[in-house]
Amino acid sequence: MSMKGQWKTLFQLFWTFFKIAPVTFGGGFAMIPLIENEVVEKRKWMKSEEVTNVFALSQSVPGAVAINSATFIGHRIAGMKGAMAAMIGVSLPTFLIVLLLGIVYFFIQDNPKIESAFISIRASIVAIIAYAAIKIGKTAVVDKSTFCILIAGIPVLLFLHPVMVIIAGALAGIVTISIKRKLGYEVKMDKKDRKTEENDFEPFMGAGI
Amino acid sequence: MIPVIESEVSQHGWMTTQEFTDIIAISGMSPGPVTANSAILVGYSTAGLAGAISSALGILLPAIIFVTVIATFFSKLNHYPVVQSMFYGLRPIVTSLIIFAAISLALSNHMIAVNFSWHTISLLLVFGLSLFALMKLRWHPAYVIILSGLVGVVLYS
Repeated sequence: MSMKGQWKTLFQLFWTFFKIAPVTFGGGFAMIPLIENEVVEKRKWMKSEEVTNVFALSQSVPGAVAINSATFIGHRIAGMKGAMAAMIGVSLPTFLIVLLLGIVYFFIQDNPKIESAFISIRASIVAIIAYAAIKIGKTAVVDKSTFCILIAGIPVLLFLHPVMVIIAGALAGIVTISIKRKLGYEVKMDKKDRKTEENDFEPFMGAGI
Repeated sequence: MIPVIESEVSQHGWMTTQEFTDIIAISGMSPGPVTANSAILVGYSTAGLAGAISSALGILLPAIIFVTVIATFFSKLNHYPVVQSMFYGLRPIVTSLIIFAAISLALSNHMIAVNFSWHTISLLLVFGLSLFALMKLRWHPAYVIILSGLVGVVLYS
């Protein structure tokens, strides 16, 4: 990549995450639909299931999902410099916003209008996160086994630390694939060769999730 | 991570528990990770802008080290079948994590309640309309948040 081309990519990484960051209310999951939109559809940097992999990895290392996943994607696209560009991009807007809010906090602290706005905003954040689950679920659920792992994972999270659940999920993947191979089933690793993907997706809609 | 920050902050005598609770509230209201936000505010209230910047760097540095190490391994290992089997199981688990996060947030906002009140119903309505705007109308999440804030001012003041 030429010097100029590299700087262009780095700036695009910075700018992409700079735009996404202000929407990451309530943790990094709310930014998944935007990452899909910018990174997969618009820039075509990654495939949808690669983004899901990035979120799996971001969950399994310490730190915030939003920062980790941006850094991962940056690293994937432009190495160490890309990681830095994406990380600064995702951190700078929230840094400025939280500082500003902190400074004016004592003025708005008891403003009932702000409080009531946030009651409604929090419900919308739940909707954005649910939308993220639907988007990720589309690439994650490729057959009945993956759907079972998904459903089993939710109650298990009540008792186990997320990192333990992630390790259990990886083991479940290895065990399921090896059993399927031994029994002689054909194993589909991802969505590429499936035509009926919308059908598998119905249970999510039925559950209202 | 918040309890860890809290114990460090009180150990160093940087602020009282009450002040720290306020800071968590602001951090939760701001976009971005709550932990990074609270660290930035602790830094700001202790040592001004320089404090905020050094706290932010302190939070970001481990992330970039971890991610670089993992990402380097990952790109080398990605072609092994066993790693692909792992991701076959990991992807649905990530979906479970996200659904779990949505449910926890909904519970803490009283969106899911045993006795259906007008408040709960209105929140579920906001949730449903937001999801519809995102999925079917393909609105940008930022517009959904802004409009939702305005709806909140009308509904709940």
